[in-house]
Amino acid sequence: MSDEIVELTASQAAAAVHAGELDPGELFETYRARAAADTLNAYLWVSDRTPAGPPAGEPAATSSPLGGVPLAVKDLFCTEGVPSQAGSRILEGYRPPYSATVVRRLAQAGAPLLGKTNQDEFAMGSSNENSGFGPVRNPWDETRVPGGSSGGSAAAVAAGLAPWAIGTDTGGSVRQPAALCGIVGLKPTYGACSRFGMIAFASSLDQAGPLTRDVTDAALLLRHMVGRDPRDSTSLEFPEPIELPTREDLRGIRLGVPDELVGEGGGVQDGVRRSFEQTLELARGLGATVEPCRLPHAPHALSAYYLIAPAEASANLARFDGVRYGLRVDSGADLVSMYSRTRAAGFGPEVKRRIMLGTYALSSGYYDAYYGTALRVRTKIAEDFRTAFQSFDFVVTPTSPWTAFELGAKLEDPLAMYLNDFCTVPMPLAGIPAISIPSGLSEGLPVGFQLAGPAFSENRLLAAAYALERAIGFDSSPARRRDPGGSTP
Amino acid sequence: MNATEYEPVIGLEIHVQLKTRTKMFCGCELSFGEEPNVHTCPVCLGLPGTLPVLNARAVHFGLMIGLALGCEIAGRSQFHRKNYFYPDLPKGYQISQYDVPLCTGGHLGDVRIHRVHLEEDAAKLVHASASGRIHGAERSAVDFNRGGTPLVEIVTEPDVHSAEEARDWLGLLRSTLRVLGVSDVNMDEGSLRCDANVSVRPAGSSGLGTKTELKNMNSFRFLAQGINAEVERQVGLLRAGEQVVQETLHFDPRSGLLTALRSKEEAHDYRYFPEPDLVPLVATPEMVEAARAALPELPAARAQRFERELGLPADRAHELAFRTELADYFEQALAADGSDLDPIALANWIPPLIERIGSDTDPAQSLVSPASLAGLVKLVSARQVSTTAARDVLTRLVAEGGDPAAIVEQEGLGAISDADGGLAEIVAAALAADPDAADKVRAGNMKAIGPLVGYVMRETKGRADGGEVTRLIREQLGLG
Amino acid sequence: MLERAQVDHVARLARLELSDAEAERMAVELSKVLDHIEKIRELDLEGVPPTSHVVDVVNALRADEPTSSLPREVALRSAPEPVAGGFGVPSPGAGGE
Ligand SMILES: [Mg+2]
Ligand SMILES: [Zn+2]
Repeated sequence: MSDEIVELTASQAAAAVHAGELDPGELFETYRARAAADTLNAYLWVSDRTPAGPPAGEPAATSSPLGGVPLAVKDLFCTEGVPSQAGSRILEGYRPPYSATVVRRLAQAGAPLLGKTNQDEFAMGSSNENSGFGPVRNPWDETRVPGGSSGGSAAAVAAGLAPWAIGTDTGGSVRQPAALCGIVGLKPTYGACSRFGMIAFASSLDQAGPLTRDVTDAALLLRHMVGRDPRDSTSLEFPEPIELPTREDLRGIRLGVPDELVGEGGGVQDGVRRSFEQTLELARGLGATVEPCRLPHAPHALSAYYLIAPAEASANLARFDGVRYGLRVDSGADLVSMYSRTRAAGFGPEVKRRIMLGTYALSSGYYDAYYGTALRVRTKIAEDFRTAFQSFDFVVTPTSPWTAFELGAKLEDPLAMYLNDFCTVPMPLAGIPAISIPSGLSEGLPVGFQLAGPAFSENRLLAAAYALERAIGFDSSPARRRDPGGSTP
Repeated sequence: MNATEYEPVIGLEIHVQLKTRTKMFCGCELSFGEEPNVHTCPVCLGLPGTLPVLNARAVHFGLMIGLALGCEIAGRSQFHRKNYFYPDLPKGYQISQYDVPLCTGGHLGDVRIHRVHLEEDAAKLVHASASGRIHGAERSAVDFNRGGTPLVEIVTEPDVHSAEEARDWLGLLRSTLRVLGVSDVNMDEGSLRCDANVSVRPAGSSGLGTKTELKNMNSFRFLAQGINAEVERQVGLLRAGEQVVQETLHFDPRSGLLTALRSKEEAHDYRYFPEPDLVPLVATPEMVEAARAALPELPAARAQRFERELGLPADRAHELAFRTELADYFEQALAADGSDLDPIALANWIPPLIERIGSDTDPAQSLVSPASLAGLVKLVSARQVSTTAARDVLTRLVAEGGDPAAIVEQEGLGAISDADGGLAEIVAAALAADPDAADKVRAGNMKAIGPLVGYVMRETKGRADGGEVTRLIREQLGLG
Repeated sequence: MLERAQVDHVARLARLELSDAEAERMAVELSKVLDHIEKIRELDLEGVPPTSHVVDVVNALRADEPTSSLPREVALRSAPEPVAGGFGVPSPGAGGE
């Protein structure tokens, strides 16, 4: 039975629970056991027991919308009484006194917490090698990275260690690991999901998003994530309910392919390009038109991103000072030394690098040249998208220029690592939604196809992704079927 | 040596704790001397993942202050992060307004306002001695009760030119804020805090000298003391041919001295940038109208009204109006008596009352009700009690309360008048006792009347009316 | 190129103690990233307003109504140095330096 349960998508599992064909306790326990036997280092904490029942005042799993299907949650979401460390040693063992709004909403809708997943420290990274708790391995090839920063969530879903998961996307941290692990990842419109309880990386960019086996699961999870939260001033009421996609064609849909991202400048691998072009062919076959579009400032998005995100991060991470929680290195030193040593000991090299970069970009005499300029580039990037969406329904690109690379391959070259985000950073800068779906394999490794739409176009985005997903027919099960304790398939 | 005269140029920066129910960005209640850390939550402790949400009433109070000071209200303002590390700052930055404050311009009295903006207060550091450590640094403990209390910062233009002027102006600001009901404005408790930027320049010149920033002058007296000390120091430096160094100075109330804060480590670089967790603040016409509608009569306007409508001299009008509790008491007393009490006569009785109850006491808290003061003034005006005797009655009222007429009756303090017949005889006795003085007065030297009046007052134990005594003396000396 | 002195200054602002080797490496790595990033300074952005928020929302205000605070023991639960009901720290200005 256990294997059959794992073969079900989350939506199918929920339907089985609703139909009385699947016991939610057994469902939870199946995944709990698999997660506890994780060898990918995808989890940093796994629930040690099956929840006795739904949260107080909530309907039983059988009548809850999400049917008791357990949820893997990226470490940086605060979960009451449960370790929430944002992948950082500076927060090792930290258990917050409250839960993130998104986690609370999903639990109330019937998705109980299964475990906390590994990630790049404070979501800074594209390979998950920056975790303070060791790298995550890609279930398709354990010598390779799962992508980042939501690499633990992506690997867990791909390996069948979780039916579904949530992560966060600042410059691509949901979409890129989803692509590298052969699953679906959606970054919603900025403001669609509450950021309350998400340990902040870059506040004006961070958004929570689902990582799921298919588009339907993404829609179902997103439906219960969105909505205005009075505790997040930047959150908005989603203008319409999120619908489960059913459309099987793309008739009348105009896809724009931006040469600035997909052309030579992006450094897209051949295999990735082939998969991308095959997918465009499939789209045409479904009735879509595919034409080049212009995003003139998109090549500068990476630069703007690597100024804005570190600048905000340098302030967001100032609270980790050894005073109220987390690590402290004291040894009877004076205050300034206590701060500097605590932070030196608690943060990993990439976090230090970005704090330095962000502090520098904001410092006296450099603000206008760096941060101020980046904010203006941001304006132009948003304008570019608005213009493109006058002629196109969606902008499409490969999600990542590369498939999963070897562990350690890019660690010594921060700039090369940053280029991972080339196709994913423009969207958060513009605040618009984008989804990555698996478009096939290149040399046995998954490739992601990205669609981006205007703000609050999630329903249309999910519908198009669903039609494409059906046409592509990607089989993600090889990674999932493997015995979690066993070796590479 | 050519002794150049120097003129101080002073600008003030005032932090006002707003009297909202909850903190600026979270729902914790404001704290008044409770145990440490009992008014905290994940937001005001700066726990990971938390976000600020702006308090609507703090904005309302900010708008009221801006309007009361005649400022221009920004249509759209925003919050910034001011970044620095300090244990009383849980997030590592203070959320404050920077390039676009809520209000700009305006004035109060003769001092122009530069800007008025909203921000959050820091927490409190308490020295924690002997924590049982064998080695290591001295310890302090952070109490986050105060952290996140809504603040309004008011910055003036450098329009103040003496310590006394600074003190008086701050008094006017305090009463204005008190009337608005937006703050307790208590310097002892820190709900009103004033820093001063001080420089000096040769009198008559219009340039600005190097300024220093004076902090921690937490009373009106210390403010004046601190500024005076700093002006003296700067003038001394310049006279000696030395230069003033731009620095921050801390006032030590015990020694009355200013000491420089160590600043080389910091070289303040606050790295301000727009707070991404808060959306812009747009003061809608409705919000501005609601703030305007909530404005009571302000002290400056009240003083004008006292002058214009009640005929009070300007000094007295300011003295009352700039201390709201005095003005309120005065107006209650004026209204307490149905008959036409002379406002000037009544106003003249407020200072003697203050003298007796203590200069910082609200007369409404004393045993003298507005009605009884009005009653006393009425007795004086009707010449039923002499001014001198009335002062004694007032002393009794302050000590014990009660009805002035009853005290006069009980103590036999009623004025001795000519009608009783007794007063004329005492005057006659006075003239007889001091013929020299009587002659001088008769010859037109009115200064000599003093000893004669004094004699009568002694004899009557102050119950005689001074005017009446003078009249009788002149009459008996045949001066008409 | 980022000078070593700038790295030291920024590290001090950010309260990060860097070893000599770390600071040297940081200067090289950040310089490389900045060289790439600096290309945006060549863009003509005359008259382009900055975007600090992408959501079109203003005035997300909260009513001035109290919500419950944390019990003190919960507030202090994760504190490295709970002392006298507060969060212990080295006194500012005390000790070495
Ligand atoms: Mg201030
Ligand atoms: Zn609070």
